[in-house]
Amino acid sequence: MREMFAEDRERLKELGVGAMDKSARSQARQARRVRERLANSAALTVLLIAAGITVAALAVIILYVLIHGAPSISPRFIFTWPHGVNAEGGIWPTIVSTIYVTALAMLIATPIAVLAAVYLAEYARQGRIVTIIRFAADSLASVPSIVMGLFGLAFFVDAFHLPMSMLAAALALALLMLPIIMRATEEAIRAVPRYIRWGSYGLGATKWQTVSKVVLPWAMPRIITGLVLAMGRAIGETAVVFYTMGMAINMPLTPLDSGRSMAVHLYMLAVDGINLKAAYGTALMLMIIILVLNSLAHLIQRRYRKVR
Amino acid sequence: MTPFTLRQADEQDQTLNPGMSPDLATTSPQHKKAELTLVSRTTQIKERALSLLFFLCAIVAVLGVVLIFAFVAVKAVPLFKDIGFLNFIAGTKWSVAQSKFGVVPFIVGSLVVTVGALAIGAPLAILTALFLSEVAGPRARAVIRPAVELLAGIPSVVYGFFGVTVIAPVVGRLFGGAGFGPLTAWIVLSIMIVPTIAMLSEDALDSIPMGIREASFAMGATQWQTIYKVVLPAAKIGIIDATILGMGRAIGETMAVLMIVGNAPQMFAGLTKPIATLTSQIVLGMGYASGDFQTALFGMAALLFIISMGLVLTVRLLSRSKREEGQGA
Repeated sequence: MREMFAEDRERLKELGVGAMDKSARSQARQARRVRERLANSAALTVLLIAAGITVAALAVIILYVLIHGAPSISPRFIFTWPHGVNAEGGIWPTIVSTIYVTALAMLIATPIAVLAAVYLAEYARQGRIVTIIRFAADSLASVPSIVMGLFGLAFFVDAFHLPMSMLAAALALALLMLPIIMRATEEAIRAVPRYIRWGSYGLGATKWQTVSKVVLPWAMPRIITGLVLAMGRAIGETAVVFYTMGMAINMPLTPLDSGRSMAVHLYMLAVDGINLKAAYGTALMLMIIILVLNSLAHLIQRRYRKVR
Repeated sequence: MTPFTLRQADEQDQTLNPGMSPDLATTSPQHKKAELTLVSRTTQIKERALSLLFFLCAIVAVLGVVLIFAFVAVKAVPLFKDIGFLNFIAGTKWSVAQSKFGVVPFIVGSLVVTVGALAIGAPLAILTALFLSEVAGPRARAVIRPAVELLAGIPSVVYGFFGVTVIAPVVGRLFGGAGFGPLTAWIVLSIMIVPTIAMLSEDALDSIPMGIREASFAMGATQWQTIYKVVLPAAKIGIIDATILGMGRAIGETMAVLMIVGNAPQMFAGLTKPIATLTSQIVLGMGYASGDFQTALFGMAALLFIISMGLVLTVRLLSRSKREEGQGA
């Protein structure tokens, strides 16, 4: 050991490092430290700027839509029908259609997705089948919305002879929401502490009793958060709804009625450029709904954190 | 709350307690088995039926993926019979009047738009994630994280609308033309993919144990040295995963791209010349397409589906290789 160091020392002497005078050495060290510190603060500033740009992009979009959309929003705009070629007037039927189809999709997707997540988290043994299910859910989550739209058209409308309707759109949207709710629910269930389950089993409860009366209630806030986020996704979806629900302005009564969602309405107004005022108003209404849903999700999560 | 519900559960299902039901206390082997599992036969059957039901629910996801591919691809088959698969996938000319359905211009269009959006959006997103995870204090985080989440929630039509009314005129004024083209699409799409990549990257960064950062600081490294030489290499695969998923979002994005890309079925010729992508061409054509034209659009949808599946598969393989690496170390 000591010999090794002696060798090193000798080599250093040969290189002339040992000869370097003490103040020069500390100067070099100090210069290096300054350089490092400069690089550090420069890099951290870049990170700050990047985060700033991200937030600024959001602020610009929200402010832009808000400033241009706010003047057109009034009770009349919300609660009356559009009329004329320029879609003057309100957007009431599109709001009803949007809520209708989203609620229907939730009704279809929620039980299937939650029970599927229960299977993955509580019942399934890790193996090939679970791998396949997970891969399928991931793929489903990343299917481009236009592909989902064409599938809805080819499957629900063409093959099953459903009319272009709330039901066809809700089925396609449910498929879109399925992986989102599944993942949120599975994560929620996995976050339930084990000892709670043991307590339940210890009292003699069966697996289903434990899941339905102990695990699911405990995981409920996070499941609801996932549901709310999935709802936001469905409300903003355009391509899927376009091919399964149609674009006729209509007040839906039965699930087999067609209609036009807010997102489709906004798309048509913006592309034709006929009534930008109504387009801004619709965009703002959409943003407000999404914003409310997002804050609802946050609120549920924060309350749940306080309880624990 | 939980003990109460549990007691209720017990009272509802008397058979849970073998001591209370005399028929279970007999000595025949069958009943012995029941006694061992502590539940009656009907409960057992009910439990098994329920687990089967849950399994069926989980299979819905698999069924959905299979059906999507089957129904979209089957609709495209007649085209391959008519014009040949190679003329479809490698043809450079798209002309409905001459029934030429080569999709290369759209593949190139999708690639140009995606790569550009990634080049702008991915660094921005990763730097934002680094700021959130490594630098930001709780107060800054409380502002930025909800902002990023909200950015993810804004519907894509609203982004498209923003692109049409704000970005396109600016691009048009700066570079001439109407402002519809790849450049506008890059700007809008890069904003759209930032939340996807940023949130997933932040998850990857947060999952790195604090200890290795502390070790780095203890060696006298600055914060940036720690980020660059320790944290980033450790989170590399998670960040690559996030970027690939962001790429999937950009390739599959339909409405926003449709509204700002210009929609001319021609080869990419310049940053401000209108082009078309796979997604935008499908929407544009579906309105009036029939015959081979329509089957060509379904063929493009099948192609998109395969691309997005391929990206998900890549992510899976990457994470698996990481896990194996971790086990080997």
